[in-house]
Amino acid sequence: MTTNLVDIRNLSVRFTGARTVHAINDLTLTLQQGETLALLGESGSGKSVTLKTLLRLLPPKRTQIDGAIEVNGTDVLTLSGRKLQAYRGEEVSMVFQEPGLALDPVYTVGDQIAEAVMRHKRISKVEAISTALDMLRRVRIPSPERRLKNYPHELSGGMLQRVMIALALACRPRLLLADEPTTALDATVQIQILLLLRDLQKEFGMGVIFVTHDIGVAVEVSERIAVMYAGQIVEEGTTREIIKDPRHPYTRGLLAANLHDAARGARLNAIPGAPPALETRPDACSFAPRCPLAEDRCRAALPPVHVPNARRRVACIHANAPLAVG
Amino acid sequence: MTAIDPLDMPVTEAGKGYWSGVGARLIRDPLTLICMSVIALLILSAIFAPWLGLGDPYKGSMIARLKPIGTPGHILGTDEQGRDMLARLIYGGRLTLFIGLTPVVLAFFIGGTLGIVAGYAGGWVNTLIMRTVDVFFAFPSVLLAIAISGALGAGIVNSLVSLTIVFIPPLTRVAEAVTSGVRALDYIDAARASGASALTVIRVHVIGNVLSPIFVYATSLTSVCMILAAGLSFLGIGVRPPEPEWGLMLNTLRSAIYVNPWLSALPGLMIFITSLCLNLLSDGVRSAMNVRD
Amino acid sequence: MSVTEPQTPPLPTPLADSAPDKGGPAQPLLIVRDLQKYFPVRGGILGGKKAVVQAVDGVSFEVRKGETLGIVGESGCGKSTTARLLIGLLEKDSGEIIYDGQDLGGALSLRDLRRGVQMVFQDSYASLNPRLTIEDSIAFGARIQGLSDPVGRARKLMDRVGLAPDRFAQRYPHEVSGGQRQRINIARALAMSPRLVVLDEAVSALDKSVEAQVLNLLADLRREFGLTYIFISHDLNVVRYISDRILVMYLGEVVEIAPVDDIWSSQAHPYTKSLFSAMPSMDPDNRTKEPPLAGDPPNPINPPPGCRFHTRCRFVDSVCKTKVPALRPLTAGGQHMAACHLHDLGSGHKLAGKDVLS
Repeated sequence: MTTNLVDIRNLSVRFTGARTVHAINDLTLTLQQGETLALLGESGSGKSVTLKTLLRLLPPKRTQIDGAIEVNGTDVLTLSGRKLQAYRGEEVSMVFQEPGLALDPVYTVGDQIAEAVMRHKRISKVEAISTALDMLRRVRIPSPERRLKNYPHELSGGMLQRVMIALALACRPRLLLADEPTTALDATVQIQILLLLRDLQKEFGMGVIFVTHDIGVAVEVSERIAVMYAGQIVEEGTTREIIKDPRHPYTRGLLAANLHDAARGARLNAIPGAPPALETRPDACSFAPRCPLAEDRCRAALPPVHVPNARRRVACIHANAPLAVG
Repeated sequence: MTAIDPLDMPVTEAGKGYWSGVGARLIRDPLTLICMSVIALLILSAIFAPWLGLGDPYKGSMIARLKPIGTPGHILGTDEQGRDMLARLIYGGRLTLFIGLTPVVLAFFIGGTLGIVAGYAGGWVNTLIMRTVDVFFAFPSVLLAIAISGALGAGIVNSLVSLTIVFIPPLTRVAEAVTSGVRALDYIDAARASGASALTVIRVHVIGNVLSPIFVYATSLTSVCMILAAGLSFLGIGVRPPEPEWGLMLNTLRSAIYVNPWLSALPGLMIFITSLCLNLLSDGVRSAMNVRD
Repeated sequence: MSVTEPQTPPLPTPLADSAPDKGGPAQPLLIVRDLQKYFPVRGGILGGKKAVVQAVDGVSFEVRKGETLGIVGESGCGKSTTARLLIGLLEKDSGEIIYDGQDLGGALSLRDLRRGVQMVFQDSYASLNPRLTIEDSIAFGARIQGLSDPVGRARKLMDRVGLAPDRFAQRYPHEVSGGQRQRINIARALAMSPRLVVLDEAVSALDKSVEAQVLNLLADLRREFGLTYIFISHDLNVVRYISDRILVMYLGEVVEIAPVDDIWSSQAHPYTKSLFSAMPSMDPDNRTKEPPLAGDPPNPINPPPGCRFHTRCRFVDSVCKTKVPALRPLTAGGQHMAACHLHDLGSGHKLAGKDVLS
């Protein structure tokens, strides 16, 4: 075994109920200690479901999970009761998209952080409050002593997200999950939070899985990117590889759709159609119906996974032919 | 012509009307169907009571008083004046259901209109309507019904009036809340931006979207209304004897509770079953009307 | 001399029943002067006025016929309020809105304005009545305006925005995807035969791959029908792609307005500069090192006096705290305008004219 912090093997998640949705299909992913990985994908690609599965937040009655997840050597899928509680918070914690909804409006932010610390570590209230103060300082909140006594509604969106990060990091987890934490923020605030997360990752040395739909955001925070489509990882590699040498047609389409280098007024090379509804488990390339390079064999069977180097892979028959979309 | 991007996205089941969707969901809900049948049965038997071959609900007999349930000729026994209980319960359904439903229907139209106007117009119109309504909320509904009925005097019409007044405020409030929510949505703005008058916007875009929550809430009020109406009769300020009405019957049988407790409980049981079914029905209708699911 | 020029694009054909042009090509389609809208914040039992949100304060700009004006800014900058004022969904406190040479409230009635100006909203679901079929939603406006054959019009436009009428006309909004709903919203706006379409974050909620499809559609429609757009967005890449000129707002005021290439190469207002620097880098070897601004945008309730940006500006001087900078061209008669004391040699700012921004 290697030193993988997160080891997801052949994970499949299916929601049953009124409609069946194959949200995640045979997903394999590893994250090493101290690494930041961006899970990049559009709505319905399964990126948030992956995070929720990692934290075991999905409703067990309507969810069928197959495969294996290990975090720091612990089998996550069999955890229950106390162990699960300890795992959430001490090993892994999460930052959400809407900090205003994730924080309790009737307690001060100081109390909420202190309470989280006391739940996991046997320390006194006074010590917990001083930890909370230290955390607010680390997330660069100005005049933290005063902010400790603020209620969530008294803080701006950017401040709330800082508090949320402080809360998530208070117990020093080894793994931080971030679910679109900057999507609801203004541009000038978003970049502050992204750079803060980057700094804190170095400071605390934790692993980070950062879910986003925005390539630019992924570039700013991550050293690795995994591109998700229809519940599968279609391409994975270092951020540089994904941006400078994208091999999967979907990745290339996403990069073009970012418009950062689109000629003004020129016709966009848009990906046609919309993602599949995933009512059945994909048995061919899910992207083939929208792909400009699709051939009959793409529609006949799942694409082979090309592995150009140890930690890079592309699930496409065209992976070896670099950049030929015209 | 420029090329259109292909849109070969699979779409959900073929476009059906909203109400057929609601119907389809209702049919798949056995509990709601049962409750619906019970209510329908009660209403039908009340309407067709004279043709069901029942005894005369008014004709008493001094010797056959308080016969127990199962007496030959009187399947559900007789009351304290020897009148047939089955006939009285079924005939009683007529008045009880009428007094139980009519005030809610009236209040649904009056309160619904007031609430939609208040919610759509906002500003001082809203303040005027809603603050007036708030005054009524200062009194418990039972007390209010008793006070108004007491002031107007006993009788069916006065009961109807007082109960209608009691139910206007809650319906206004719900209608106002729902309408304000819809009013804030962009499609209302889009309709206004197309130059439509307030009345047209309300007719085409507001009513269809607020009616079902108000309707569902009104259904849940019918059980309360029935109990209140029965309560008024029980207190002697609603229906007057010898009319058969469940609340009134409960009152007059009260003294017989030690002689024949099961018999005395029958009108109460009817009230209980009806209001329970109405409540469950309103829950079922609510979930069937929920479009996004 | 041969006059055939095969490359010339076909002349745009205005939408059927479009209001005729009144002012000629030189007359801007829309002129906004000193537009102001304050919202009272009420509180307490009696609903007394507690404070005022200065949502839009003295905004002036022009939209030329056939151009796309992009409006950018962060939350609370007043861009959406401006949009709603322009189509008469909100009543302006003061200022002028002049559509094709006619003054709203004077020669131009609200009803006529709404024939000429339509809007596409951000939330594709909330902007469609869930109880109306797609066809009915699109035909509603035309019916209200008394235009001929509203249903035929609706079906024609559905076809034009890429929704086969036979498949989609009788469907309900919740049965189609977000991208398709936004096409419906575009068709609904066009069914009124407007000349100016205000797109308020119209593609922001869509997935990137779908967004590109809708942007292509918007570009085609503009060319085909000779439309004029006001395109409001927080995404600078999108705004740059689609706009001819960009207007930047901050706390209810216009801080800079310029042709897109000019503003892209050099931003004249420190806020614009920060906004551009805040865009995530697309180069993994050259990531952003330092956030351009600290803190959140201030609340538009009681905005700072003087220049509203002075509380966050790196170049702040005493004059910025007292005197409101006027929006003025950087060069005489130029198209690039900014409201900053740095560019006004007579302002008394100690760095005025020193070119500190680049």
